[in-house]
Amino acid sequence: MAAKEFPVEAGHIMMFARSVGDFNPVYADAQIAGKTEVAGIIAPPTFVQSSAQYDDDYPLRPRRGVTWFGSGRSASGIAPSAPRDVEEKVHADTAAPAPAPAGGTGLHAEQHYEYHRPLRAGERLTVSSHPGKTWEKQGRRGGLLQFAESVTEYRDESGELVVTARAVGVRTGQTVKE
Amino acid sequence: MALRTEDLHVGQSHEVVVVDNLTRTQIVQYAGASGDYNPLHTDEIFATQVAGYPSVFAHGMLTMGMTGRMLTDYVGDGRLFGFGGRFTNQVWPGDTLTASATVTSIEQRDESSTVFFEVATRNQDNVIVFSGTASARID
Repeated sequence: MAAKEFPVEAGHIMMFARSVGDFNPVYADAQIAGKTEVAGIIAPPTFVQSSAQYDDDYPLRPRRGVTWFGSGRSASGIAPSAPRDVEEKVHADTAAPAPAPAGGTGLHAEQHYEYHRPLRAGERLTVSSHPGKTWEKQGRRGGLLQFAESVTEYRDESGELVVTARAVGVRTGQTVKE
Repeated sequence: MALRTEDLHVGQSHEVVVVDNLTRTQIVQYAGASGDYNPLHTDEIFATQVAGYPSVFAHGMLTMGMTGRMLTDYVGDGRLFGFGGRFTNQVWPGDTLTASATVTSIEQRDESSTVFFEVATRNQDNVIVFSGTASARID
């Protein structure tokens, strides 16, 4: 389930832009950004992915009361008898709903964005997701590949679309080899 | 500055090194900003000992984000109509990525035009790690 509300904050945009190595001041400096064509701080093209920060149930972030599946005292951080649980959480890397578990690893296969207008710092977006198509394919390296699509709409306070995102997740039958 | 129609032709290509020697720290930095802390990306012990990978690897979305910088630096701020693609190979610490946009078509209109690109990001071995398309409004 994606976040229902996504406040687009200037500090978050700055950190996100830095993390992708983008030091364009239109993402960080309100004074400079104000003098550009877009007339203010806007979000970089893939920024809406970080709406996961506002998803209470996002499984790829340590959460209160939920055992994390990264290393601590043990390599997986959780009981060694629960590899299935680890698989389930690894599969959650895809924004798409996971198909039936078959072992192997879940990965993000595709991501597509449609931009209806620039996304600005200070906006409050409403996020809604729905599942799209699912399909299967025989992979060269990973056995049977199971694909699942998920479409997420980001709307502004007047209900207008700002960004439409389409993610495709894939689950492979085995660990993907380099 | 946005791109201008008269400066573009089909087949024209633009490329930028978007990361040289990708560090684990940058991968963790992306995890922090995006909120995706999957240990496959952030935890070498988990990635190697539990998941069986040779090391941690980058989020596909980090590669796409870096590729997006090449596009927005090229077409101008707030000019993209669409950007998407497939993650075709994994990106590892130490990789150097070069992102390119090649003009596939230009639709001219009175006030502004739309340019369509084929987008590809390659690693230091010339292997494509991200392959897609983009479109943008140009003057």
